Amino acid sequence: MSNTKNNLESMSGLQDKGRRRFVLGASAMLALAALPFPKNAFAKAISESLTQLSGKVFDLSIDYKTVNFTGKSARATVVNQVLPAPILRWKEGETVTLRVKNNLDEDSSIHWHGIILPTEMDGVPGLSFDGIKPGETFEYQFKVQQNGTYWYHSHSGFQEQTGVYGPIIIDPAEPDPVVYDREYVVMLSDWSDTPPEKIYANLKKQSTYYNYSERTVSDLFTDIRKHGLINTWKARAMWNDMRMSDRDISDVTGAAYTFLMNGKTPEQGWSALFKQGEKVRLRFINAAAMTIFDVRIPGLKMTVVATDGQNVQPVEVDEFRMGVAETYDVIVEPEEGNAYCIFAQNIDRTGFTTGNLTSDAHLVAAVPSMDPAPILGHGDMGMSMEGMDHGDMDHGAMGHGSMDHGSMDHGPMGHVEMDHGSMAMGAPVLGLAGFGSTAEIKHADAEYGPHIDMRADAPQNGLHDPGIGLRNHQAEYNRKVLTYADLKGLHPTYDKRQPSREIQLHLTGNMHRYMWSINGVRFEDAEPLVLEYGERVRFTLVNDTMMTHPMHLHGMWSDLETGDPDFIPRKHTVIVQPGSTISYLVTADAIGKWAYHCHLLYHMPGMFLKVVVR
Amino acid sequence: MKNINVKGFTLSLIAALFMSGFAQAGGGDDPLLTKVMFDEVERGVGSNDPTSFNIQAWVGKDINKFWLKTKGEYEDADDKELEIQALYSRAIAPYWDAQIGVRVDLEPSPSRSWAVLGLQGLAPYFFEIDAALFIGDEGRTAMRVSAEYEMLLTQKLILSPEVKVNFYGQNDADLGIGSGLSDLSTGLRLRYEIKREFAPYIGVEWARKFGNTAEFARNEGKKVEGTQVVIGLKAWF
Repeated sequence: MSNTKNNLESMSGLQDKGRRRFVLGASAMLALAALPFPKNAFAKAISESLTQLSGKVFDLSIDYKTVNFTGKSARATVVNQVLPAPILRWKEGETVTLRVKNNLDEDSSIHWHGIILPTEMDGVPGLSFDGIKPGETFEYQFKVQQNGTYWYHSHSGFQEQTGVYGPIIIDPAEPDPVVYDREYVVMLSDWSDTPPEKIYANLKKQSTYYNYSERTVSDLFTDIRKHGLINTWKARAMWNDMRMSDRDISDVTGAAYTFLMNGKTPEQGWSALFKQGEKVRLRFINAAAMTIFDVRIPGLKMTVVATDGQNVQPVEVDEFRMGVAETYDVIVEPEEGNAYCIFAQNIDRTGFTTGNLTSDAHLVAAVPSMDPAPILGHGDMGMSMEGMDHGDMDHGAMGHGSMDHGSMDHGPMGHVEMDHGSMAMGAPVLGLAGFGSTAEIKHADAEYGPHIDMRADAPQNGLHDPGIGLRNHQAEYNRKVLTYADLKGLHPTYDKRQPSREIQLHLTGNMHRYMWSINGVRFEDAEPLVLEYGERVRFTLVNDTMMTHPMHLHGMWSDLETGDPDFIPRKHTVIVQPGSTISYLVTADAIGKWAYHCHLLYHMPGMFLKVVVR
Repeated sequence: MKNINVKGFTLSLIAALFMSGFAQAGGGDDPLLTKVMFDEVERGVGSNDPTSFNIQAWVGKDINKFWLKTKGEYEDADDKELEIQALYSRAIAPYWDAQIGVRVDLEPSPSRSWAVLGLQGLAPYFFEIDAALFIGDEGRTAMRVSAEYEMLLTQKLILSPEVKVNFYGQNDADLGIGSGLSDLSTGLRLRYEIKREFAPYIGVEWARKFGNTAEFARNEGKKVEGTQVVIGLKAWF
């Protein structure tokens, strides 16, 4: 490694709080060897840990590297020769300098995901800077003003898919309100030997390319046997009419992906040790390109203490969903003599990745089987459930263009911004801060055309929804699944003002043509969304698709309105459920040009908006 | 139409396509892509059965594409067909592309040229439709509609029924084509997708000529109706 100035602590995964400052060397190895574990267990644990760099100055280099996750060699792009990239350990209040050298033969960049920093340090080519040219080094420098679990990744091309991602841990300046004895980063990701450009092209040529969970003829006969011919016909009529599949959950599935936990395949298995009585803090980071993960540890309750780096009031759950780019910190208290499987299955149940949390390296927990694949319902299409249940719905009204959009005069307001405050509808009526939107759902004119295949006309509120495939888990398995409604900030709401206006943004696309946009306008054609410095605004997202979109606003917090105005949690990435809405408040406290986009990598080129704070 | 310059038309189509969007830099959500589809490349299992193909290709972006469609059949030196269409294709609805261009029938002789107005896409209930109106010289008109459906027996074993019909506006005695419904063929193909892009199949195809076309065929001592078993390959890249 080129870096000699940083303390190299390759035992990051294994350290407990007392040893955190150890510098790796003979003394460290001796200290570790004194622990009551078999020697070979150590060798294994060491090899399985992530590399960690800490300090104030970091040298990172982005290179090609040959990797083998599938039995075949493939070319990855990596930081400092490791995948995932090294953990960067910062201290709140310090100024960090990061020198990033690009050794690729194409432009690269590093974006510090969720970090509040000056716009020119945000690492988005075309907005923050020009990107890092081949052979060049860019020096990032900014003051660290927060603490918690974050991550960093390339914002150039599709390099996130090929390995340029790593964890960031920021130790708090004040004593950490979260009590724990030992910590591990658990970074989830997806690997494919197929080059990302090819995956994207495959999806454009055949949007179902990676879906091997479609309904078959035998499903049809099973349904007819179970529900009768008429009911089966009715249940399928809407999908057939809309030319959509209720089995279309992920664009890219386990057919293409090997899912990784801390860079290990399920076969390799990542392993983590604990001692009796320890509170173990697991810092989950979803660093996948396209994969939404559902995480659980059979036999262990998980207490969620933070999301997206921000502390929340502890909530005990059995399972939680992680949108791409989200982070969750949980505390677990495992029992000596046991091994536990950290199980992360993807949303469409075509693959998973696992880790082994154990008190003894010889103990390996059984890996559970995946849950049944979710099947989309009419509600996931943002349709009124009432009409559907009677099976007599007028399909013409479901978004094939028969809607009277001529009566919605959005023309003068631009495509991007629907400012309900200024609409000629009498006095502006905004929902109270913390409780979300009460505004009417309006589709812009640009949402009609060959690039859009559906509009949610009766979207549900996604706040209390665990999400597709998880809704029955409480009833069926007695598993408490986290919902956004469970998240309350640990810190009182930072900005208690009411929103001065509301911006309704529709997540739009045509899945069949694999085109994605916001308000019906792709990034290339979109006008920037302008925020005035200091204003408090509400973003209401309306998902006019049947995919789950994790939306990420750069530079400013997304204060998720979960029902308690006094303890609004702050997030950087927010899942918008299919055919649903979600609202958050944003304080425009960061001058500059910021990216706002879906964090699914192959949605991002189109479903992207430039936000300008002036 | 006889003197139509297919090459010139094609080049100007490509030029129009490039002008329409390729000059812009930016988001990169819409790269220029190419897809070549060997929809049917097959041979009848009988010794006198023809070899036939239906190959299409497009180059373009999300909304605008340049589309080539060729089909042909070879039975013997006297009985062969070769048709090429060059089309500008534009997405006009979420599941539909409008297509405009030219069609040239190189075989059989004499050659015929047509202007093409087409609509291709996915109808409700997942029927893949390709419908086109052809306008030739000397008042010739024709219409062709094909519809295809895919039934998944398993995720990789797919049964695909298909129907094709041709109509003509007037008799074309030189080619043995009669006005009205000329011919109808329907097939059932069972393919196995070894991978998405590569699927061998077996199938059965039934075809029949109607009206004056059938009359012409009888006069020439040709079959009016026939069934054949085919083996073939569906592939794309």
